[in-house]
Amino acid sequence: MAKQMWRTYDLKKTYDIVIIGGGAHGLATAYYLAKMGVKNVAVLEARYPGYGGSGRNTAILRSNYRTEEGIKFYDQSLGLYENLSTELNYNLMFSQQGHFTLGHTESSTSGLVTRAENNKALGVNSFMLTPQEIKKKLPEINISSHARYPILGALYHPPGGIIRHDAVVWAYGRGADKGGVEIHNLTEVQDILVKNGKVEGVKTNRGTIYAKKVISVVAGWSSEVCRLAGVKLPFVTHPLQALVTESYKPWLHHVVVSSTLHIYLSQTDRGELVCGDGIDGYPHYGMRSTLGFMEAFSAHVLELFPILHNVKVQRQWAGLCDMTPDYSPIISPIDEIEGFYVNGGWGTYGFKASPASGFNTAKMLAEGKVPDMIKPFSYNRFGENRLVGEKAAASVSS
Amino acid sequence: MSFMLRCPNCGDRHVAEFSFRGEYLQRPQQEDEFASWADYVYMKENVQGKHFEWWYHGSGCQRWFLAERDTTDNTTQTTFWFDDRPRLINRESEPDA
Repeated sequence: MAKQMWRTYDLKKTYDIVIIGGGAHGLATAYYLAKMGVKNVAVLEARYPGYGGSGRNTAILRSNYRTEEGIKFYDQSLGLYENLSTELNYNLMFSQQGHFTLGHTESSTSGLVTRAENNKALGVNSFMLTPQEIKKKLPEINISSHARYPILGALYHPPGGIIRHDAVVWAYGRGADKGGVEIHNLTEVQDILVKNGKVEGVKTNRGTIYAKKVISVVAGWSSEVCRLAGVKLPFVTHPLQALVTESYKPWLHHVVVSSTLHIYLSQTDRGELVCGDGIDGYPHYGMRSTLGFMEAFSAHVLELFPILHNVKVQRQWAGLCDMTPDYSPIISPIDEIEGFYVNGGWGTYGFKASPASGFNTAKMLAEGKVPDMIKPFSYNRFGENRLVGEKAAASVSS
Repeated sequence: MSFMLRCPNCGDRHVAEFSFRGEYLQRPQQEDEFASWADYVYMKENVQGKHFEWWYHGSGCQRWFLAERDTTDNTTQTTFWFDDRPRLINRESEPDA
């Protein structure tokens, strides 16, 4: 019989730190906390680890963002991902196959050029390619000038790639468990106890527990969870739909993204094409698929890759994206409530951030001081009108 | 999830004809302090359940209206003009139209 990845425990009365949310970010935070020697930690997951965005994303990793804050942060994340299989002793199947972002209009292409230059200045491997150079690496792509959205160029990012997202969740969970952290699934937080401006603990469906520090790491559900503590967030939850096709022999050896067409496309080691779309146009907490998505997405994919006219779709699903006004996350203490922290606003860019998010969040909780890397992602930046406009986030630019 | 939305002017139409234009929030007064304006611009309730929101019928009559919608299943919709909100939005603080 396979050995369990993590143990089950009864809930204790008190913990030093309670992490609400057992996704990649929550479990990474728990893992790095244990590594820093903070072990009296509980991760509370309402369903099962990886139920939310961690198991619903398209598993793409990259660091070719646009802002200095974003590039540094995602590059730290990519660096941690590169060593993660070894560190966690778990095959995460990270394939750094290279990542294309296509430009179809003058404005989107000039945005890509800006990104290439910002990336180079900060030491991230990222540069522009012409349509002919793209065609050499992606022979099946349609670079005809007669397309509705002809390809004018692409930002190419060699270290970008795909990883097995479920394995990332499991490996962090197992690592955290080995380090002494307790992972409690089917444990739903029903209230956050705050007294005299200080967090006291949480009420769950399995009883009340007390903690010095409580952090919400629940992405799409952040607004609801933080409301329990009386904290208002700038998030709007939209679904993002994705699909996988049946397996085909390997033909696509790089990740291909087009913001104009709202497409991201890659091929897994099993041969399935994993395809993601832009976010749905209105806020929603349901995770069902629409025919409208399938129609629009198929039309756009066929324009890029006409050879796919006969492929069969195997599964469709949706995940929740907690979009922020500036497409950057919040990783921050909440000044009004001592001991309460928020890690959220991960929109369409959360999975690739998991290691850096977990590492810096753990550091913030363990040392009681916000690390420089995540200072720009403060909760107060909205009240201070000091946004971090990350227009290179997936499915927000055009 | 797709659904039909009832434009108060045109009747039931597919949601693709409309654009979502944000949660319905009460606008601060001109003289209110910066913090309440920052709050109005950025902070959202983002409710999992029923809430009020703005829609714009871009592919139809091009009018703006308000809707109450359940964000978990898109059911229980009522749609109405802005001027009808004191009657339909049951909030003590709702100003008269």
